[in-house]
Amino acid sequence: MSSQKSKVNDFVVRFANVNGTGSASANFLFTKAIFRMGIPVTPKNIFPSNIQGLPTWYEVRISEKGYLGRREGIDLMVAVNPQSMLNDVKSVKAGGYFLYDSSKKLHAEYIREDINYIGIPLMQMCNDAYSDARQRQLFKNIIYVGALAALLDIDFKELEGLLADQFKGKEKLIPMNVKALQMGVDYIHSNFKYPLDIRVERRDLLGDSILMEGNAACGLGALYAGATVVAWYPITPSTSVVEAFGNYADEFRIDKITGKRNVAIIQAEDELAAIGMVIGANWNGARSFTATSGPGLSLMNEFLGLAYFAEVPTVLIDVQRSGPSTGMPTRTQQSDVLEAAYASHGDTKHVLLFPSTPKECFDLTVDSFDIAEQLQTPVILLTDLDLGMNDHCSAPLVWDDKREYNRGKVLNAEQLDKIEKFGRYLDVDGDGITYRTYPGTHPSKGSFFTRGTSRDEYAAYTEDSGAYERNMDRLIKKWNTAKNIVSPPQVYQEKNHSEIGILFFGTSQYAAEEAMDMLKDDGIVVDAIRIRAFPFNKTVEDFVNSHDSIFVIEQNRDGQMKSLLMIELEANADKFISVLNYDGMPITADNIIKQISGKLKLKTEKSLNS
Amino acid sequence: MTYIKPKFRHPELPKNKLGYSVDHYEGALSTLCAGCGHDSISAGIIQAAYELNIEPHRLAKLSGIGCSSKTPAYFLSNSHGFNSVHGRMPSVATGAAMANRDLTYFGVSGDGDTASIGMGQFVHVVRRNLNMTYIVMNNGCYGLTKGQDSATADQGSKNKSGNVNLFESIDLASLAIELGATFVAQSFSGDKSQLVPLIKAAMNHPGFAFINVISPCVTFNNNLGSTKSYDYVRDHVEATATIDFVPQMQEISVDYGKGTQKNVTMHDGSVLQLHKLAEEWDPLDRQSAMNAVINAKAKNEILTGLLYVNPDAHDLHHMIKTSDHPLNSLTKADLCPGSAILVDINAELR
Repeated sequence: MSSQKSKVNDFVVRFANVNGTGSASANFLFTKAIFRMGIPVTPKNIFPSNIQGLPTWYEVRISEKGYLGRREGIDLMVAVNPQSMLNDVKSVKAGGYFLYDSSKKLHAEYIREDINYIGIPLMQMCNDAYSDARQRQLFKNIIYVGALAALLDIDFKELEGLLADQFKGKEKLIPMNVKALQMGVDYIHSNFKYPLDIRVERRDLLGDSILMEGNAACGLGALYAGATVVAWYPITPSTSVVEAFGNYADEFRIDKITGKRNVAIIQAEDELAAIGMVIGANWNGARSFTATSGPGLSLMNEFLGLAYFAEVPTVLIDVQRSGPSTGMPTRTQQSDVLEAAYASHGDTKHVLLFPSTPKECFDLTVDSFDIAEQLQTPVILLTDLDLGMNDHCSAPLVWDDKREYNRGKVLNAEQLDKIEKFGRYLDVDGDGITYRTYPGTHPSKGSFFTRGTSRDEYAAYTEDSGAYERNMDRLIKKWNTAKNIVSPPQVYQEKNHSEIGILFFGTSQYAAEEAMDMLKDDGIVVDAIRIRAFPFNKTVEDFVNSHDSIFVIEQNRDGQMKSLLMIELEANADKFISVLNYDGMPITADNIIKQISGKLKLKTEKSLNS
Repeated sequence: MTYIKPKFRHPELPKNKLGYSVDHYEGALSTLCAGCGHDSISAGIIQAAYELNIEPHRLAKLSGIGCSSKTPAYFLSNSHGFNSVHGRMPSVATGAAMANRDLTYFGVSGDGDTASIGMGQFVHVVRRNLNMTYIVMNNGCYGLTKGQDSATADQGSKNKSGNVNLFESIDLASLAIELGATFVAQSFSGDKSQLVPLIKAAMNHPGFAFINVISPCVTFNNNLGSTKSYDYVRDHVEATATIDFVPQMQEISVDYGKGTQKNVTMHDGSVLQLHKLAEEWDPLDRQSAMNAVINAKAKNEILTGLLYVNPDAHDLHHMIKTSDHPLNSLTKADLCPGSAILVDINAELR
């Protein structure tokens, strides 16, 4: 591990910035240049719930092996925030680098013997070169990116190319930015040995991958799926789902002749109204969705129960953040699993989908509209802040032009004419899914009363116990039908190799796959499955039943997925072992290994002794 | 007692332009208390829809929860209905209206459903000028839970149990005017001759049309001392004007004396004829409407009739520039950018 070579394309850089100083675009420039050099790269925003002034970090992992999860241990800290500097110094790995603004002398308390210091007088350079205060602030960021290019051997041409892309139409701005980059490069060339032992080397490891945020992919998926009514209430970290949808709609949903919009986006007064609008629109035959996060999901509970019971398709994208209550609103977690699965009072269960990449955000968002309309029920896409608000290397998005929207069982006027008596809740096909009509379809047939109260097969109000029970049982029949409609899990082996399995979902995939490689390096082979949907299908059930011990990796305190597996599969509680991470940061492979290996050792010893 | 409504109607019932007699607009038998004001309002809705030649299946009726919200089951059985959750009808109506701009949207709510649990959604649907009719069947109390005061009960009003309401009441009509509603009216369930033309005018208004209808609760709030009892309301009603709704193209023949009549031409050419106008009241002037309501209240009068109308208002669809085609009629070809565009989007993300 200590050889020079192992540090090529394998290190972590963290930027310590002040919120609202324009650092985000400079830092993204750094990430994207490495991406364009064909090297797997994973950035994470670690930001406060604040607009201006508080510390914010941007952490970039570069991994030749293609590991896209977070990794502990910082090899290079770019410290441009005095407020957090003391902690930033402490968080550098022994032997690592600390890049700082040397315009002022570093105080003794910031000096560690075991790390390397790279002082660049950023402020001084900016003050000398620029008179405008905002320029001084913005170009400081660009100068350090230039310095990093020299230190880490980033291809300068990639940075120039990115600036050209970024300032298309505002070409005037390009030379100023290139000049600032060059100032950084020149300073390193004149004052330091370069490149460092940690550095990048061009590769072709990314193929046709894209670099994208999950929220944008969800928004784009909804656009491709034909969503026309969007109702929402702003909440971090879901806001950019609807913003992305809106931006794409501005481009692709405006009628070229009339200038009118093939979309209605309503910013609602609260999350209750947002989901109400979505239900109203879906009831009336438009594809409609909302996006929210935990607190919004809590508020939407009552309406979700209505949509479940009245059987109105509903699509809800929940970008999870750290709860409970307001929790840590800008930190990630997978802690809405149980809340979403059983949202609302009474006996309810909801379809959940768990994407783990931007491509899956796109695909599963498209699917969620088909599934919701096929099943006439809410579908909740559970993503998280890490996936939603960070850029991820992802397979490119694909759309099959032959794909048709599956609108489910909807009767038109001609079909109604052929039916003697329309029964909205009559299970004609025996799969628990009944036929519906849109308002306005037929003058005398097919109208019905949608309600959250109990009703009979013909949608007439009833308090008859038999009718109520028949309806509740049919909903369970529909639930069983759903198992074969929702996305199947990803199974990592054709045949089981081990009595031990690991199970994970969503963004835990990155760290879990890396951990599996680490275990393999130690000669330990485990079986693995990635859950992509609830209800669990037969494959999930078989996986659980055919392993003695299953490590359930999830990013919450209470092992919510573990509980869901226990409840729904009626599996023995003893066989599940929770591997948890709930500090608000994306889970790491090291953390998984730390938790698993101790328990594995115990297990192996136990089985050897017995 | 039977809950099956007799289907027999007089064979020579008059028919409207669509060839429907009034029974085509009826609903299931009401299960509300005998004498409930709400049933009179339902009858008014049936009459208005019949006279306006509405295709019932081109109308969607929506409600929240409560006695009033049950009524959509009792009118227009050939229309789709949506009995949503308590206080949330406005949001469901908003989504529905966005999905299909070609239908008529008719919302029914109550004083609890609107002035308490649903206040948030009510004020925002007003702001958005959603193209719908919104009727509050206002009886000042909670019927289904047996007579608790609601937020529209007047201060000092006594309920059946003898309790006097301590709190200031919420005046929904003046609130709606304040919030920018573009059609605001007030009526009394016992005055069908006023209510029917108001409902017709409201349904024809190209924006948010609000009618607050005082509708006495015979069971829990019809006692002496209540300001929402039949007797009290009859004694204190004061009308802004007598109203006629004259559909487009129909000749206006009635002639009242000068100075007491005002014709308001609606967006589609139909006309609201207002006769015997109250003094110092101009239905096209918001401030004058507000003053009229406030002055009436000061005199312990319940001002009914049309209070305010802005016939040139732009509804939500107009404001957010949605397509003239109902959004729910658009197909994949209209909505999906296709694979070639996605190739370009991918390229931008590299």
